[in-house]
Amino acid sequence: MTGRAPEGVAALEIARRAVQLARRAGADQCDAIVLAGIESTVTVRLGEVEKLIEAGSVGLGLRVIQGGRTAICATSDLAPDALERFARETVELAAISAPDEHAGLPDPALFGRPADAAALQLYDERIEALSTDEKIRFARECEAAALAADPRITNTDGATLSTRVGEVALANSLGFEGSYPATSISLVAEAIADDTDGKKRPGYWYSAERSLSRLAEPAEIGRIAARRAVDQLGARKPETARVPVVFEPMMAVSLLGHLAACATGDALYRGATFLAGREGQPLASPLVTIIDDPLIPGRFATRPFDGEGVATRRNVLVRDGTFTGFLFDCYTARRLGRTTTGSAARGLESAPAPSSSNLVLEPGTLQPADILRDIRQGLYVTALMGAGFNPATGDYSRGAAGFWIENGHLAWPVSEVNISGNLAQMLADIDAVGSDIAWFGAAAAPTIRIREMTVSGR
Amino acid sequence: MTDPALAALQFFRDRFAIDPALTSSLLSIALSRGGDFAELYFEHRTNSAITWEDQRVKSATRTVSQGLGIRVVRGDAIGYAYTESFEFEAMRRAAETAARISAGERTAPPIDATPSLTGITYYDTDHPLVAEPPTAKVALLERADRAARAFDPAVTRLDASIGDELKYILIARSDGKIVGDVQPLIRFNVSALAQRGDNRQVARQGGGGRMGIEYFERVTTPETLAREAARQAVLQLDAADAPAGTLPVVLAAGDSGVLLHEAVGHGLEADFNRKGTSNYTGRIGQPVASPLVTVVDDGTIASSRGSINVDDEGNPSARNVLIENGILRAYLQDEISARHFGVSPSGSGRRQSFKDYVMPRMTNTFMLPGEDTPEDIIRSVDRGIYAVSYSGGQVNISNGDFVFSVTEAYLIENGRITTPLKNVMLIGNGPDVLSKVTRVANDYRLSDGRWTCGKDGQSVPVGVGMPTVLVSGITVGGTKL
Repeated sequence: MTGRAPEGVAALEIARRAVQLARRAGADQCDAIVLAGIESTVTVRLGEVEKLIEAGSVGLGLRVIQGGRTAICATSDLAPDALERFARETVELAAISAPDEHAGLPDPALFGRPADAAALQLYDERIEALSTDEKIRFARECEAAALAADPRITNTDGATLSTRVGEVALANSLGFEGSYPATSISLVAEAIADDTDGKKRPGYWYSAERSLSRLAEPAEIGRIAARRAVDQLGARKPETARVPVVFEPMMAVSLLGHLAACATGDALYRGATFLAGREGQPLASPLVTIIDDPLIPGRFATRPFDGEGVATRRNVLVRDGTFTGFLFDCYTARRLGRTTTGSAARGLESAPAPSSSNLVLEPGTLQPADILRDIRQGLYVTALMGAGFNPATGDYSRGAAGFWIENGHLAWPVSEVNISGNLAQMLADIDAVGSDIAWFGAAAAPTIRIREMTVSGR
Repeated sequence: MTDPALAALQFFRDRFAIDPALTSSLLSIALSRGGDFAELYFEHRTNSAITWEDQRVKSATRTVSQGLGIRVVRGDAIGYAYTESFEFEAMRRAAETAARISAGERTAPPIDATPSLTGITYYDTDHPLVAEPPTAKVALLERADRAARAFDPAVTRLDASIGDELKYILIARSDGKIVGDVQPLIRFNVSALAQRGDNRQVARQGGGGRMGIEYFERVTTPETLAREAARQAVLQLDAADAPAGTLPVVLAAGDSGVLLHEAVGHGLEADFNRKGTSNYTGRIGQPVASPLVTVVDDGTIASSRGSINVDDEGNPSARNVLIENGILRAYLQDEISARHFGVSPSGSGRRQSFKDYVMPRMTNTFMLPGEDTPEDIIRSVDRGIYAVSYSGGQVNISNGDFVFSVTEAYLIENGRITTPLKNVMLIGNGPDVLSKVTRVANDYRLSDGRWTCGKDGQSVPVGVGMPTVLVSGITVGGTKL
């Protein structure tokens, strides 16, 4: 496999060149990241092609650390003279910043081995080989299945197939050089049913993977989207109450994201996390184990090295209910007297910052039906809205839709409600974990039940 | 002041040799397989930011982004491609890729290109913040830091940033129109941490607009923004848990416009209505809100964050009345939707960058004032919520269901504002809430420029505004029964 930058540009060569130029312009330390790729999007709606998008791009992000002063610049203009000027200007820009003794590149002993990338299954040549006609056919099959699934599906917002064939390259002034190709494919459908009161009920489903063979059947995605729309017909608000709340796997995944955002060195040194001072202490129910794992082959956040070139590793966030520790990049680790966990995330335009990779809530033994069985009244959540989570306190309050549970069964659809609680309490109150683990993007979770939350309705 | 249309034309001609002969030849390639309409969107954008924490500059960043997006329209369908290179070969390939939305072959008629000058500008493009020395920006950050720390000893941390953007755009269309704009934008953000024992609260405040450094004299000061963030963080330390259930809600003037933006604005974007996926589809001329409600989207407000001289399809921005005394009057139109509905474009075609296709979007969206006073409105409520500021919201376009996170809210008891509340969420349905607007005050104001709107993964700067309004019932998502 070779680099996948458009126009035959080798991404690693650009990164290496930027580092050389910055060094020549006087940089003490520097690193450069290059993200290159060709992306395509096909949308089919009511059987017709509605959008056809294809383009390639290459972007360079350069970080210079000059006597502890940091500057970060990004550009897409990679002509030789432009690159030289860009490197010089980045070095000059660093003078604005104040010296920070914790700024700096990783210890070379921590560098990842780029050769490990091949085993991680990040690239699938079948995605690169897909023709536009094949992509249109996938989207068409998906949408047609949604429309055919139920006569009550009266409209759709289309089915969209997107692919990306890209390359990530990183080089630094301490000698790290690494790059790897990566592909992704996603297919998403939104089906719409008309309710009796004139209200529209959308149903949404998707599959997103790094290889074509893992992508769900297009027709299956369409059918699930249709079912989720029809299931919401007649949805109404329940009375405000405190009841058990069950999260289907796709919704349980969102709780992992909230927790992980609070479990970073960045949130810790800013004093902006409710997890401060809780390392090694019981946090969640003993049923809960949560892993951050960038080494699972073929997943969305899988990577051989992090955004600073540090070897990635599996990190346990919660083991049998105990909060085991935070995720660090080099800066936050030095600042707090820790070691990096290989968790630096990196965009072109921003400094590295610790972030989770693939998140897994380990499955339990219960079937979803068993989880519902002993609930007399409760809420089963299939959609969440809004950003009502406060990382500093853990307070949680979000719009929700799904089903009302009566005597162990999904009785009727619910919309326009709000669920609220506190994440620490919610994690402690998890009293059932299903065996039905499923992946959504870079996270996987089974069905979970929270003993009690406030559901605001009528 | 320089005409920004002229400045943009000169910028692309002098720097990249982009002239009418070149754009016409690319447009001919774009239409070489048929297609009703084609357009080129050239963009050159410089962003810089300085971030502040631990009472010093943490880092300085700068990004230069440039490219050309090419769109070919056939009926309601589009072909789209972009390139980051202004080399002819790369642009020609992008034009051919976009052309594939049509399958035919034909020789496109020659395009008679005529650059047009708008002759009007809603913002000063001659003095962008980009041109100020970094020391001037650092001084503003220092001022914010001092003010927040002096506000209350509980404030233990202050993070801030100052960002500026200068964007040149040039749009060339197959109908011969060529028009450009220069769009400056600044943004000042502060985040304050207040701490008392284990109780920690973070509050954010920000502002800005299409202005230069004069923003910090004309509109507000770094001190004001910083003290506001500090005040909210300290206030939250003692805030009580929010009630749960359906209650009357008084929406304060200014930022509450974000509710209007989410609850109705998106549903009035013409693409959703053209596809029949909005709850407002087919309802022009019908009552969709209380007769007290008039909603306007206006891209022409001087120096406002959401304002544009021309939209990203080259159409002049405008003041569009969407709902008038409760009656639905118009949708926000881009070119494709305007053709579909047989109306004029409303100057609402916007995109995040040259990498993105155009959609109908809002600019500055607000409700016109009524005749009540805010004091009378609050006095009329026995038990309810007074909602002042928000961190954001989300709407389900197809049925209007929305949620909002309220960052500053109070209980109203017996006509008086009492306890500050935390973790207040408002959840409801757009048309339902607009029908329950029972009083509208005379204190309309536009929010300071801090809002960004997301749609289909594309972000654009917007403004919102609102007078004080009483909604007779919204579901409040709290914890206290």
